[in-house]
Amino acid sequence: MAENGFETQIRTIGLNLFYGAAHVLKDITFDIGRKTVTAFIGPSGCGKSSYLRCLNRMNDFIPSAKVAGTIEIDGEDILSPSTDVIALRRRVGMVFQKPNPFPMSIYENVAYGPRLNGVKSRSALDDIVESSLRGAALWDEVKSKLGRPGTGLSGGQQQRLCIARAIATQPDVLLMDEPTSALDPMSTARVEELIRDLKVDYTVVIVTHNMQQAARISDYTAFFLLGDLVEYDRTARMFTSPSDKRTEDYISGRFG
Amino acid sequence: MDAINTRKRIEDDLSELKRMIFRMGRMAEESLEKAVWALKNRDTVIAQAVLDSDDLIDDLEDKIDGACMEFAARYQPLGEDLRVVTSLMHMAVDLERIGDYGGNIAKVAIKLASSEPIKPLIDIPHMVEKINAMLDISLTALDTRSPELAMTVFPMDDEVDDLEKQIMRELFLMVMEKPSRIEQSFLLINVARTLERAGDHVTNVAERIAYMYTGKTVRASQHRRKQEA
Amino acid sequence: MNRTLMRKSANSFMTLIFWTCGLLLAAVLVFVIAYLFKQGWSVLSIEFLTQPPSEGMTAGGILTPLVGTVELVFVSMLIALPVGVATGLYFAEYSNDGILARLLRISIRLLAGVPSVIFGLFGLSLFVVFMNFGSCLLSAGLTLGCLSLPLIVTASEQAFLAVPQDYRDASFALGATKWQTIVKVVFPSAASTIITGAILSIGRVAGETAPIMFTGAAYFAPELAKSVFSQVMALPYHIYVLATASTDIEAVRPIQYGAILVLIAIVLGTSAVGVVIRARLASKGGR
Repeated sequence: MAENGFETQIRTIGLNLFYGAAHVLKDITFDIGRKTVTAFIGPSGCGKSSYLRCLNRMNDFIPSAKVAGTIEIDGEDILSPSTDVIALRRRVGMVFQKPNPFPMSIYENVAYGPRLNGVKSRSALDDIVESSLRGAALWDEVKSKLGRPGTGLSGGQQQRLCIARAIATQPDVLLMDEPTSALDPMSTARVEELIRDLKVDYTVVIVTHNMQQAARISDYTAFFLLGDLVEYDRTARMFTSPSDKRTEDYISGRFG
Repeated sequence: MDAINTRKRIEDDLSELKRMIFRMGRMAEESLEKAVWALKNRDTVIAQAVLDSDDLIDDLEDKIDGACMEFAARYQPLGEDLRVVTSLMHMAVDLERIGDYGGNIAKVAIKLASSEPIKPLIDIPHMVEKINAMLDISLTALDTRSPELAMTVFPMDDEVDDLEKQIMRELFLMVMEKPSRIEQSFLLINVARTLERAGDHVTNVAERIAYMYTGKTVRASQHRRKQEA
Repeated sequence: MNRTLMRKSANSFMTLIFWTCGLLLAAVLVFVIAYLFKQGWSVLSIEFLTQPPSEGMTAGGILTPLVGTVELVFVSMLIALPVGVATGLYFAEYSNDGILARLLRISIRLLAGVPSVIFGLFGLSLFVVFMNFGSCLLSAGLTLGCLSLPLIVTASEQAFLAVPQDYRDASFALGATKWQTIVKVVFPSAASTIITGAILSIGRVAGETAPIMFTGAAYFAPELAKSVFSQVMALPYHIYVLATASTDIEAVRPIQYGAILVLIAIVLGTSAVGVVIRARLASKGGR
């Protein structure tokens, strides 16, 4: 995709993913740009979440999963057996559909990742916790109660806490798997606003069921259908005049 | 099941919007045709009727505008649906313009009603025929989802422009022969210009229909006859 | 009588039944405790707790058996908790659902139903005779440990399984290894449930008689245990001895009931402490 200002960060070449006998991702090839927001849309079971989990090797935890092909992040093939998966997961953060803060204090939640990375000094951790919570637009609401349990926050706040926790390790890429589908409209709007700000510092890849959300917040959109990458284009173009009829049918709600 | 029901509702609403455009198109055609007839036959009654019906055209434009906004708010359309609803909004504006032009011509008809015609009107009715044919084709293209048919309108606009130039030449000649004809000639030249603009608006409508169904912006200027230097 | 009225009276009737059952149970408990209290309160005092039995156990206090019970509980938990929790952890986090794992699980469950006297005989043959520890605190403690293993294993496994997979996913996604996730997230989450299991075990172990009879409990020990290889007196066994083999059964009856009251107090007391700890852990973790 040779476009103005598009710098490839994640290059996927011929990716095939199997869960046992099921061919979940079929020969996926495309590039994701640095510091863009890329949305994955498609009906349930089309492979978009599975692709996301390839990017941080979370599929390794599924025993029947087999992966073939190449995914390069900043030039390094992350699917090779010699990849340091632990280091990868610190560079590629993930936020899940259901907010899942640890049953610890807010502070400890955010400090979890940096502590794993070896940060010990209290002042360094304090700085990281504050900047991460600021980055997640949560600092002002929780700065006076960092010791309270993370699970005591509202749903929208919990999700922003999970975002803060994910960016605390200063990743390059942030993966978000339907991050607002469990939230009410107000919280959804706040998280969407946050995502627009996050792309200044991170490359964001977001899986969403909500096409209007993809249209609102993403720069590029990829449409998956039954394991195929049907279309990948600038969001504005895809949602006004898509090239593939299947895309047109999906976005106008002819099938869901 | 839900998706299919919503889809059906969307299709129904779009059909209703298109029907309103068809109605507006017919009203615009009638406005032009009757105004020129009134001019040709010095019929002030018909001319007044055209002026009165202009309000109806304006009302219909407002109605289409509101309906398109509602559609957008309700369905947040994407893809072709989005192109259709925004294009229909634009087209309503063009058609309303054409209606206005009909009114302008009717005013001229009333003004000239008491004076002797300086020449029988042949080319001006010709222009109206051509323009209304263009509009018919465009609306058919809208109904049958044929962008290629819409694009056949573009060269027809060239013919409308040719007619306009011809009328201008004739009227200049007539004025030079007999300067007292200048007032009527001037008004008739304006009528010709007005019709030429109406032709342009119909071309706009055709462009939008082509865009609506292809997703690519279509410029009539690329499909016209080459300009002579 | 219309339907609504019938439904309401059926509802009230059933509520009444359940309340009655509950009250009956409470009444039984209160009655038992009251009876014990009446029989034994006369001997309760500081001296009772700090004096060893004297004069052929017809007078004095229960210091030796009391300390012995505490030591037995301690030794048994020292063995059972690490082994039990580790086994529970293995089942929950590491094992696949293969034949071996299933066999192990079934064995543990069956063990829970084995009568305690069998454990006593087992302890006798393994620790006392085969390993030659002899009848002592260590053997008895180990035996009691084996007895409480199934409960701790099951409680631990349940506790670990109850930790939502969400937490593990989040931890892995942040770059933690499996072990780091277990130590930092899974274990703390499961701690409160495991502690509850441990409390229940302590309660059971403190009151067991049969397993310690052959393996380390002494009819009478003149002084407190010097090492793990000494025999110890234990409250449950002491109560049994007082009730059946005493030289003057009538006279020692108050002592017997006093000892029972102390034993019950220990069991209830540890339960209460456990509940408090669990509540505090739960509030800190926010669940």
